[in-house]
Amino acid sequence: MNETRTLTFAFMDPPFESERTVTFFRLLDAALARNTNVRVFAYEGAVAQAFALQAPHGNGVHGRDTEEEAHPLTKDWIAALQRTAASKGLNFEWINCGLCVDERGVNEVIPGCGRGGPADLWRFASEAFNTLTIGTR
Amino acid sequence: MKVLQVVEQGFRTLVEEQDDTILWLTRSMLGAGAQLSVLLSGHAACYAVQQRRQPKLTLGDWQQSQPAEVSRDLDALTTEGVPVYVVRDDLAERGLTNLAVRDGIEVIDRSALPGIYDAADQVWQW
Repeated sequence: MNETRTLTFAFMDPPFESERTVTFFRLLDAALARNTNVRVFAYEGAVAQAFALQAPHGNGVHGRDTEEEAHPLTKDWIAALQRTAASKGLNFEWINCGLCVDERGVNEVIPGCGRGGPADLWRFASEAFNTLTIGTR
Repeated sequence: MKVLQVVEQGFRTLVEEQDDTILWLTRSMLGAGAQLSVLLSGHAACYAVQQRRQPKLTLGDWQQSQPAEVSRDLDALTTEGVPVYVVRDDLAERGLTNLAVRDGIEVIDRSALPGIYDAADQVWQW
């Protein structure tokens, strides 16, 4: 992998709770749009971003059923970015902190996302052009 | 590659994780050969003068048995050769100037921050 075309991201926020989550995913999308390989280390609550059992729901207040509501799910965003990367011949790697996964019971992840630990973050960072850490606030 | 871990969110995760999660991450990455230093700023400056272990949380009949011990974790980092800095101005703003800073932690002025940042290849702001 060309390290001048690889960015590493470390992210801590869970889905559905912070605007930082959307910003983080937009950054990943922008990186891929610039033909950059992306590596993600999901830490703490961010491991739930790839949780495979996320489910959409209808919303009575909105007056829409499940299909009409088409509720955003971060697992779908990750899958979409995986498809974007594949279509452009780029690498998109996602590693969850394993201990963080165990704490939260979110072991079922979508295909293409793996389990690891801090050593993976260090490896990702060492091999990347730069690293962006986004902690919880 | 040298990375400066900037910890400014004091007491984040301390109860649930029973440690500061970035200090834990720092110790964990040492085993992978990481070259790391730690800057305690903002509310995390309080870590530098902590003497006691965190109190145990009690909820109903559930009681915590292993609360966080930040002072032990910082001592472990400095013992392993990780440079740890705390910003004097952040201590002063919190009325902590007269408390003893733990051995091995270097107190720096805010004006010294550019040099600390420059010495690192990457700065990870948590």
